[in-house]
Amino acid sequence: MNEFFNLIPFIIISVGILLSILIEMYSKNSKKIIAWFSILIFLTAAFHSLYYVDKAQLYFNNMLQVGGNTNIFIFIFNFSAALIVLMSIDYAEKYGNNIGEFYIILQISVLGMMLMAGAKDLFVIFLGLEIMSVSFYALAGLNRNKLKANEAAIKYFLLGAFATGFIVYGIALIFGSTNSTSIEHIANNFSVLSHNFLFIAGILLFLIGFSFKMAAFPFHMWVPDVYEGSSTTVAGFFSTAGKSAAFSAVIVTLGAVFMHGNINVFEPYLSVLAVASMLYGSIVAIAQNNIKRMLAYSSIAHAGYLLIGLASGNYEGIAGIIFYLTAYTFMNLGAFGVVALIEGKDETNLTFDSYSGLAKRQPILAAMLAICMFSLAGIPPFAGFFGKYYIFIAAIKADLTWLAIIGVLSSVISVYFYLKVIVIMYFDESEKEITFVKGNYGLLSVVISVLLVILIGIMPGSLIDVITSFLK
Amino acid sequence: MESNTLLSIILFLPILGSVLLLFINKKNENLIRYFGLAISVIVFILSLIIYSNYNNNSGEFQFLFKVSWISNLNISFFIGIDGMSMLLILLTAFITPLTLISSWSSIQKNVKEFTFFFLMLETGIIGVFISLDLFLFYIFWELMLIPMYFIIGIWGGERRIYASVKFFIYTMVGGLLMLVAIIWLAIYASDSLGYFSTNIIELYKIGPTIPQSIQLYMFLAFALSFAIKVPLFPLHTWLPDAHTEAPTAGSVILAAVLLKMGTYGLIRFNLPLFPQASIYFAPFISVLAVIGIIYGALVAMVQKDMKKLVAYSSVAHLGFVVLGIFAMNQESLQGAIIQMVNHGLSTGALFLLVGIIYERTHTREISEYGGLAKVVPFYAFALMFASLSSIGLPGLNGFVGEFLILLGSFQSSVLNSWVYTVFAASGVIFAAIYLLWMYQRVVFGKVTNPKMENLNDINKREMFVLLPVFILIIWIGIYPSTFLKVSEKTTNKVIEQVFHYQNITIK
Repeated sequence: MNEFFNLIPFIIISVGILLSILIEMYSKNSKKIIAWFSILIFLTAAFHSLYYVDKAQLYFNNMLQVGGNTNIFIFIFNFSAALIVLMSIDYAEKYGNNIGEFYIILQISVLGMMLMAGAKDLFVIFLGLEIMSVSFYALAGLNRNKLKANEAAIKYFLLGAFATGFIVYGIALIFGSTNSTSIEHIANNFSVLSHNFLFIAGILLFLIGFSFKMAAFPFHMWVPDVYEGSSTTVAGFFSTAGKSAAFSAVIVTLGAVFMHGNINVFEPYLSVLAVASMLYGSIVAIAQNNIKRMLAYSSIAHAGYLLIGLASGNYEGIAGIIFYLTAYTFMNLGAFGVVALIEGKDETNLTFDSYSGLAKRQPILAAMLAICMFSLAGIPPFAGFFGKYYIFIAAIKADLTWLAIIGVLSSVISVYFYLKVIVIMYFDESEKEITFVKGNYGLLSVVISVLLVILIGIMPGSLIDVITSFLK
Repeated sequence: MESNTLLSIILFLPILGSVLLLFINKKNENLIRYFGLAISVIVFILSLIIYSNYNNNSGEFQFLFKVSWISNLNISFFIGIDGMSMLLILLTAFITPLTLISSWSSIQKNVKEFTFFFLMLETGIIGVFISLDLFLFYIFWELMLIPMYFIIGIWGGERRIYASVKFFIYTMVGGLLMLVAIIWLAIYASDSLGYFSTNIIELYKIGPTIPQSIQLYMFLAFALSFAIKVPLFPLHTWLPDAHTEAPTAGSVILAAVLLKMGTYGLIRFNLPLFPQASIYFAPFISVLAVIGIIYGALVAMVQKDMKKLVAYSSVAHLGFVVLGIFAMNQESLQGAIIQMVNHGLSTGALFLLVGIIYERTHTREISEYGGLAKVVPFYAFALMFASLSSIGLPGLNGFVGEFLILLGSFQSSVLNSWVYTVFAASGVIFAAIYLLWMYQRVVFGKVTNPKMENLNDINKREMFVLLPVFILIIWIGIYPSTFLKVSEKTTNKVIEQVFHYQNITIK
């Protein structure tokens, strides 16, 4: 029994999904019940995984690892899902997709992510990835009456399926050259295998497939349209938990390779991708007028910063990515949460001018959004700054100082558009009256995110300690 | 109470006050004003207590306080002060309550937010001056941007958005490159120490051992950040915009204290951490400083707006400070430090005076004024006094600093040329021209503008703000050694550090 103790988060979510389906079938008041039930199971899974974070164990013929950094990811997925559900309770009413299925699909996607983060075998990664992706396609187009949502879902599906093709092809090549899908096996024999062209091609295809999921340039085409088309809370979920899941899978594979003392042969690919994503995301975001599209491009830029960590290929890089993802999840959730609260019926109030003079009308919301923007821009003492700091440490340690300098310059560019939001909220005199629907649950989840952004920013030490203790 | 704890208290008291302020009702404006004032006055009193315990006979850091903060990266909350930071803390704690009082009539909208940001700013500034850990320093360096950005952006003039964003982005560019250098330095330190370190006292021994070729880049990364803040010509363009658009209180704190963070950084980090590179670059930077002195003065001369004139005079004055720093001898460095304080007082007073008259007339155009001596005699006297102090009249504070800097730069072994001094000295003459000419056009002659006929003279509150500043101006002018002796041992130590490594070049 004790042996399966660590698996409890997986069991909770799986059983929760089945129970939610039953509730949906038999209860008249299912929407409300399922929403709160999902929050309950997400939080239980999140805190269970946090509590047993130091008990790493392998399961199912060494195909799944639970404990250690996997649990940090499980915490991020579940906690952000709980916050998203909390936001969606108010928001779904406004947006018009207040149906129980939403929460069930959300639970299924979280299960997929957890499998990705815990995988020790390429097949498990693929399994998790597909569970997550298929749920995401459904979430993007959940409101079938909205044309934009349909467009988003189709785009996401086609490009996502394309990316999956890359990943499967990559896995096939890797298996062909190693006779194994075990990540441990690959990492152990990496130095021998790295002379094998098929093997390297396989890993590159695998990485390209995941570059789609991470939203890195030039595989980012779906991002702005999908974020804009799908409902705001769902877009928030894609950009936080979805991105973290993609990175967790890459960390699981490449991290194991790096930790075995292998040379990072993918450095050129990863650094080019990092530079392109940072600069493209930051520069194009300046031109946006819709806040969701702006956040989409900012998400591309952040994928670039995270890729710096991968390009460095050292343990600081991996630790930095995990830290950055935690910080990024909360600051982005806060931002999307505020956007969801401001948004009116039928996707109104999403342009920047809806935010003019917000500081006077909604001082608390404006302050929350301002803190998220400062944190996204990487200004201390908020969490985003420390994430960048750690990533840059990794880059400089790996003798990639030039990458850190480009990272720094692109953060300066990004400061411009993050500040634009603050300028409009605080300095703009013209007040556009917008109808504002109060949402207490949404506000609560924004406040929780922002408090975490401040807390992680001021006290980054304990989180860093936990992350690094599993890497050494 | 131990002074080590006091140092932490004056650091966190303002930000604690600003958090408490959030719980006061917005409508209760007077309570908010008195609360903000009370906090800043307490900080000033505490800083005086620290000063009374400060030992002038030691050049080492005093009142050290260290707590591990992020153990994994060996970052600690490490604070302490030497003579230079002591003076700058006193200046900050002295100016903040005065600017808060000065804003009582000019800031009428969002008083609560204003006081909130102002107190937060004070924490940021004090943090910059007392941090002895580079990471901690960087946090405060950027933290101070946020309140200043809001102060300019919300309460500023017509073009406030442009000015505030420009201010923010300029500072960010420099700051982030410095961040890369900080990380590089910390990683370099881990090679010889065996652990990652951002502790300045440890880095003082490691910085000079960086190979020359890399040290030059490191120096530039730090210097760029500080030069933007100072601002050194040609990186000064954000300053006139920020100064002109900021509300009076913002301009005063910007001129009096914020700019000093740049010159402080040069002395605290650039000289001791990269001594060989500092000597290498000293002539280049001194040339820029001298250009700044003359350029600032010439541009100030042709300004039509009083506030812009004072802003450009800042560029010239800070040029003196930078020249003093890079002349690198005892006199010039002492002069630079005292000139930092002087500039804070005299330019602060000038901005206050421009603000006082602007509140009454709502114009800063020099041509609109004339004959103020008859209408508002006390104001005219105060403006005369502040202008003379800024010009550097012997007997007032400005003279002491400029004299020491010119003397030092003349003898400087690093610059090794009297040309700098000659050109810099001409800046003093220019200063007399632009300030006295402005004074003449504003104060003397006939009252040409009918709007100016019924102006009220300086009231008691404004007098209460100006009087302490004027007292200090005279004090430094007549008996500067009160202040010079505080920083004497510190400057000694910096010079020793620089010349100790002068001939040790590491390839």
